[in-house]
Amino acid sequence: MFEKVLIANRGEIACRIIRTCKKHGISTVAIYSEADIDSPHVKMASEAYLVGKPRVNESYLNIDKILEIAQEAGVDAIHPGYGLLSENTTFANRCEEAGIRFIGPDSSVIARMGSKVEARKAMVEAGIPVVPGIARPLLDVEDAVELAKEMNFPVMLKASAGGGGIGMQIARDEDELRKAYEGNQKRATDFFGDGTMFIEKCIENPRHIEIQVLADGEGNTIYLWERDCSIQRRNQKVVEEAPSIFLDEETKVKMGETAVKAAKALNYTNAGTIEFLVDEQKNFYFLEMNTRLQVEHPVTEEITGIDLVEEQLKIAAGEKLSFAQSDVKREGHAIEVRIYAEDPKTFFPSPGKITTFLPSKKPYVRNECAVSEGSVVTPHYDPMIAKLIVKGKDREEAIEYLLHALDDYKVEGIKTNIPMLQEVIGHEAFKNGDVTTKFITKYLKR
Amino acid sequence: MSEVKSNMAGNLWKVLVGEGERVEEGQDVVILESMKMEIPIAAETSGTVKQLKKQEGDFVDEGEVLLELS
Repeated sequence: MFEKVLIANRGEIACRIIRTCKKHGISTVAIYSEADIDSPHVKMASEAYLVGKPRVNESYLNIDKILEIAQEAGVDAIHPGYGLLSENTTFANRCEEAGIRFIGPDSSVIARMGSKVEARKAMVEAGIPVVPGIARPLLDVEDAVELAKEMNFPVMLKASAGGGGIGMQIARDEDELRKAYEGNQKRATDFFGDGTMFIEKCIENPRHIEIQVLADGEGNTIYLWERDCSIQRRNQKVVEEAPSIFLDEETKVKMGETAVKAAKALNYTNAGTIEFLVDEQKNFYFLEMNTRLQVEHPVTEEITGIDLVEEQLKIAAGEKLSFAQSDVKREGHAIEVRIYAEDPKTFFPSPGKITTFLPSKKPYVRNECAVSEGSVVTPHYDPMIAKLIVKGKDREEAIEYLLHALDDYKVEGIKTNIPMLQEVIGHEAFKNGDVTTKFITKYLKR
Repeated sequence: MSEVKSNMAGNLWKVLVGEGERVEEGQDVVILESMKMEIPIAAETSGTVKQLKKQEGDFVDEGEVLLELS
């Protein structure tokens, strides 16, 4: 096992990774920007280094500086967390070149899965179902219009390099498609430096259900069942749960086995997630693969009892998986909600100083927090300030627990989405399991 | 003369108007980027852009003047 690990991230995920490292006696190195000097992850780590100015490209995305710190601190490995450099091929390569283990898959797999066009091609080759569409980049707007007419509107236009909903838009007719093409190509070029676009059939009222996989370097690949992450705002997840209420056991197994098949075809190692869109008839289609730890990984940990960060560390250190598919238990029902610093009605960001921060202390609650009382939420980073996870013996109990926990949760000084989360979790449609990616627009009218 | 101010802290991502350009009340004049979200800022009054106070890429605080209208 490693002796010292640098966590190239911030916020709750840095804290979460440090916790597991500590459990295994691994020293931790935190990095922080000038804006994060008082952040919880800085205090938790064995050592902490200033990485740069607040902006991400001057701090958490500064590969040279991060590697310089890693070498100065003498770490064996770097855990990238999620977001930031976690799916950056150059970073993964540079770590390996510097003789530091990158905790994640091989950079060639990251590169393939990072391009939507390439990922789709790889999945088609592996015999994994994909959303009807084309496996090549669009030539121009006329090409897009012609293809959309062939596959019938509505269609989904996507930027190959996109993420977090950026560069992705539904077009219901030719006029909408023309506008969407122009706008999104420009945005993709500005945000990701790559304006490659592609198009696929739009699945109506889909559910977003993903499968967690674990693969060691010895050919053992297993799945840790599904997470339903259908409830989203601005194409970003807000509520995640496991198990899925919509799928039957047969489909769950089929999706799990499909995910394993995909991971094996890629020679995947470490933890990864295969995201699927599931239509009303329970047909599932590959959406994308995230070659890293997911924000919502705790719901899987809660129902399986497996510490995913621990498994990541072990795999990266060259250990074999210590359990087989048949050893993976499932027990109870877990739900996670993401607490964002934002207006609960408009979803506009709400930066500022947190004057009161009191998460629920109920025994069935797991808190993952990026902030504490007195923290300043700056405009430089993602608005997620915390995650709240509950586990009950079944979904009904988990919902009841979550409503109590949300009721307890007190954040003052900034606006949060807690009132919106209460609306979602308390909604009859949520209780009935009518959870599709359209939930917030359909039931909350926003 | 009136001013268009930023209603939140963020990076100035796009300036949508140029000096000397006529803008109408309610028209988006700049787009801020804050917490990975784009936030359009509209002019509260009609007028002509007299001076741009900030450039694309600048960091602006809440309440800072973005441009002057005459």
